[in-house]
Amino acid sequence: MQPSRIVITGVGLTAPNGNSLAEFRRHLLTGVAGIKRIDVRYMGSQLAGVCHYDALRYQTRKELRVGTRAGSISIYCAREALADTGVSLETLPKDRVGIYIGCTEHGNVETENEVYNISKFNYDTKFWSHYHNPRTVANNAAGETSLNLGTTGPAYTIGAACAAGNMGLIHASQMLRLGEVDFALCGGVSESIHTFGIFAGFKSQNALAMHAEPARASRPFDRARNGIVISEGGCLYTLERLEDARARGARIYAEIAGYHVNSDASDYVLPNPQRQAECVRAALARAGLAPAGIHIVNTHATATPLGDIQECEAIRAVFGEGCPDTHINNTKSFIGHTMGAAGALELAGNLPSFDDLTVHPTINVDDLDPQCALPGLVLNQPRPVARVDTILNNSFGMLGINSTLIVRRFVP
Amino acid sequence: MTKDDCKKLVLDIIADIAPDEDLTNVRPDVRLRDQLQLDSMDFLDIVMELRKRHGIEVPEADYLQLASLDSCAEYLTPKFNALPARG
Repeated sequence: MQPSRIVITGVGLTAPNGNSLAEFRRHLLTGVAGIKRIDVRYMGSQLAGVCHYDALRYQTRKELRVGTRAGSISIYCAREALADTGVSLETLPKDRVGIYIGCTEHGNVETENEVYNISKFNYDTKFWSHYHNPRTVANNAAGETSLNLGTTGPAYTIGAACAAGNMGLIHASQMLRLGEVDFALCGGVSESIHTFGIFAGFKSQNALAMHAEPARASRPFDRARNGIVISEGGCLYTLERLEDARARGARIYAEIAGYHVNSDASDYVLPNPQRQAECVRAALARAGLAPAGIHIVNTHATATPLGDIQECEAIRAVFGEGCPDTHINNTKSFIGHTMGAAGALELAGNLPSFDDLTVHPTINVDDLDPQCALPGLVLNQPRPVARVDTILNNSFGMLGINSTLIVRRFVP
Repeated sequence: MTKDDCKKLVLDIIADIAPDEDLTNVRPDVRLRDQLQLDSMDFLDIVMELRKRHGIEVPEADYLQLASLDSCAEYLTPKFNALPARG
């Protein structure tokens, strides 16, 4: 039996440079980055991507006080995705809605806040918040979303380091195909800019970006790249089986064409180009596509000196020179690394290419690193193209988790 | 400290933990839960804020004393007045 076709019918997002798909896309085509300086506890001024969505649009002030930033971002994205696809919560069977949210990590922010809080009371733990556990459980973002929406189906997070955004979509596709749910909200979120530990960890790893001009700090593939810009953000999609989406006359953004997830099994932090290439090839095989059939490759590259080269090695191994219609870009150059949201947000930034036939560029490449000089790289200016029918989105994470997701233009 | 002062301090705490609530017409003789959206975690917040802001401890056995503004004032005012003067 043929598995059900799964389609994307709605998008809700917040990125450092946009709080809707239209705004995000406009800024990706006009070179507007979203990086600024923020004050990080114990570390002072640091570069970060900060979101400016209206949190009170869908939450009360009390919900914001009790909940987490990851929960708030998830609620905003979920509500925006539902509004985008025109589905009313009143008409959905609430127990048939699944919420699957990718997270790089969760609980660092809330734990650091509590440790800081009790430091003001001589570390007396009787001042430790009774909200600590509900704030730090790994399913927090999905659980807060189900509370806000009143949906009673499965709602949980998927921990997959920085591959997690793709994993949200992949897992939702699987659950829809298994018939576990009839409607899915899925993608990824990150609140990582609110934990000093992530900044300090990357700094100790010599992997934290530095630049005098914030908007130019995230520079994958540039010879002067010097690390990651940490960002917050979120992107959730509504996913449905094609027959359900058509029955209600939903607008269809794209169809899930293929995906794959694998593991390096080689290092805690260093990527493995061979496994990355295997992941991309397996996703292509599932989609029934040859490399030349991919029109946009959205790279994971985070602007670390070695990581970019290794991903380029993987892409070169798969796509080589014989793919004249394959264009390669990077969204982190605008928004930094939104961690658990990265895969989902970066796919969203490229979805409008099906309609506007334009590939958004990788910005901040003043001096292309020869080791990153892939054919098809779209540098600094958007590129009008004749055809966009397929998008391949890479997201890789620590401990060697790789995810590749391919979507195709919907053709009935 | 008078009982009215005490009620004001409790209302200040409630204003922070229930920021969506209109506190202008809270009736002191009616249970707080019957007129405001407050759950058990919010009452733990009141206990925590009394501890943090004022050094007042409310043991679990006495939580019922925080049911209304009047009962708060009855229970807490002597505790406030027993605090050592802050220097």
